[in-house]
Amino acid sequence: MLQGHQTWVFQSKPTIIGSAAIGGPFEAQGNLADDFDLLHGDIWLGQDSYEQAEKKLLEQACETAIKKAGLKQEDVQFFLSGDLINQIIPSSFTARTLAVPYLGIYGACSSSMEGLALASLIIDSGFAQNALVGTSSHNAAAEKQYRYPTEYGAQKPPTAQWTVTGAGAAVIAKQGKGPRVAASTIGRVVDMGLSDPFNMGAAMAPAAVDTIEAHFRDLNICPSYYDLITTGDLGKVGHRIAGDLLTKHGLSIPVEKLTDCGILMYKEDQPVFAGASGCACVATTTFGHLLNRMRRGELNRILVIATGALLSPMSYQQKETIPCVAHAVAIEM
Amino acid sequence: MSSSKRKNLTPVQQQYQDFARAREPQRPIAINCVRAFIVGGIICTIGQGLQLFFITYFNFDEKTAGDPTVAVLILISVILTSLGLYDHIAQWGGAGSAVPVTGFANTITSASLDHKSEGFVLGVGGNMFKIAGPVIVFGVFSAFIVAIVKVIITSLGGM
Amino acid sequence: MEKFVLAFIVGGTICVIGQLLMDGLKLTPAHTMVALVVSGAVLGGFGLYDDLIKFAGAGASVPISSFGNQLVKGALQEAEKTGLVGVLTGIFKITSAGISAAIIFGFLASLLCKPKG
Repeated sequence: MLQGHQTWVFQSKPTIIGSAAIGGPFEAQGNLADDFDLLHGDIWLGQDSYEQAEKKLLEQACETAIKKAGLKQEDVQFFLSGDLINQIIPSSFTARTLAVPYLGIYGACSSSMEGLALASLIIDSGFAQNALVGTSSHNAAAEKQYRYPTEYGAQKPPTAQWTVTGAGAAVIAKQGKGPRVAASTIGRVVDMGLSDPFNMGAAMAPAAVDTIEAHFRDLNICPSYYDLITTGDLGKVGHRIAGDLLTKHGLSIPVEKLTDCGILMYKEDQPVFAGASGCACVATTTFGHLLNRMRRGELNRILVIATGALLSPMSYQQKETIPCVAHAVAIEM
Repeated sequence: MSSSKRKNLTPVQQQYQDFARAREPQRPIAINCVRAFIVGGIICTIGQGLQLFFITYFNFDEKTAGDPTVAVLILISVILTSLGLYDHIAQWGGAGSAVPVTGFANTITSASLDHKSEGFVLGVGGNMFKIAGPVIVFGVFSAFIVAIVKVIITSLGGM
Repeated sequence: MEKFVLAFIVGGTICVIGQLLMDGLKLTPAHTMVALVVSGAVLGGFGLYDDLIKFAGAGASVPISSFGNQLVKGALQEAEKTGLVGVLTGIFKITSAGISAAIIFGFLASLLCKPKG
């Protein structure tokens, strides 16, 4: 049901019956290592290229999520997936392996919540009994495509972020036990004229704020409704800007309630500058750590606002600015 | 951001950018300059040492020792890049490692390594100059212009 | 000994100029190197870069700006011998060692090694 301007309320509250998070070596040394189903010791996964390694991560995440949901591959009805690589090939090639009807999506780092929102919509409206949502990112593949060759000696500024090498997947179903998707706010593209690909946090913060405000406005609730409100990957810089911007707009969220997956992912001593980023940042944090906390009874209602920077390497060279989008999904126990 | 770019922003965008800039960690320009000075200086000193080595032990003189010196520095840079060390040196040293000819070799090597997965012809061969290309293109073109101008001026009796 | 100190200081200074271009003017590394190479070419045209090399040795010949100077010198030397067409035929004569070494060793690295990511 549409509520307000841009929020979908799912009357049947589709259930997340299984979820998985796969990570790489950096994530293994991070804060959320215990909530990963599988952690790899290197970024190659025995493959010949970074892009193929990313596909392997996504395949593993999907297979693990399906298994944990108690289903078989042939039981899955639809697969929604997106990632950062050109033409979303990790997703498409994973879809090839899964042989499930496939909807490729792209929201940059907001792909996981975009997928979760669409999957919930499909199930809630009766067009499927279940759906699989997945997303992935790979540090070296992202650097090679968006910025510089991985061994290149470019000095990164303190606003830069570290792309998570990992994948997250979740199976959503009409019936079952587990955290349930209650609502989703679809974000619109916001562009504040920033153009520095080494400062995504500041570029994405306005989009996150726009979606957060739309969510509370559409549903006519307050931040106190949720136990935790987390953005996708604003990092330390974007998180601070978003918090201040929300306060400036009159929507104050207490500091212990508003967090960011990019900040949660890694430890202080890891050289990740402003924090984690990438599709897998919010996906592995949500589908691993946060859902685990919900299943343990530590959290009852959370709001995840995944943020994405919709630039391409060419748009930057053509002196374009960075348009951003943020999609919010409310998950309740 | 250059002022001409700022003129294309709406007032809301300009306001936000000021808001954001006040909350961003600034690049530590002073520290970066000190580090660049140190690393750049060290690399050039090693170059000076190599030059002396080639002059003393081989049949090179001041003019011709430059070639083997540059070749050795490039080899060192290629090895450090291949070992995965150059990017760490560069994060600390900044321009100190990018500006010497070692930085040039690093761009070529890093691009070659990353695109190995696309094959040697299209991948390595086709992408090797991704970052070094502009240096070669603009170096050659500016040298062309400078040389033409100088030749014309000299032949007209000037200089 | 004095040569080493001068090499350190002048080399370090040229790198600081590069750092200011990158951090202050927010130029990309590629833009910064282009700026330095073109500067080297212009100074080479005036004959000033060779004076700098005489003064600071490797401090001036190791930074990428020296590449611009060598391109100009090659062009001018050949133009003196064969006229205006020498500007085209002579450009890469002096820099040949640097570019060849970079391509050859870079390619060898791709044959033998994998990037560490």
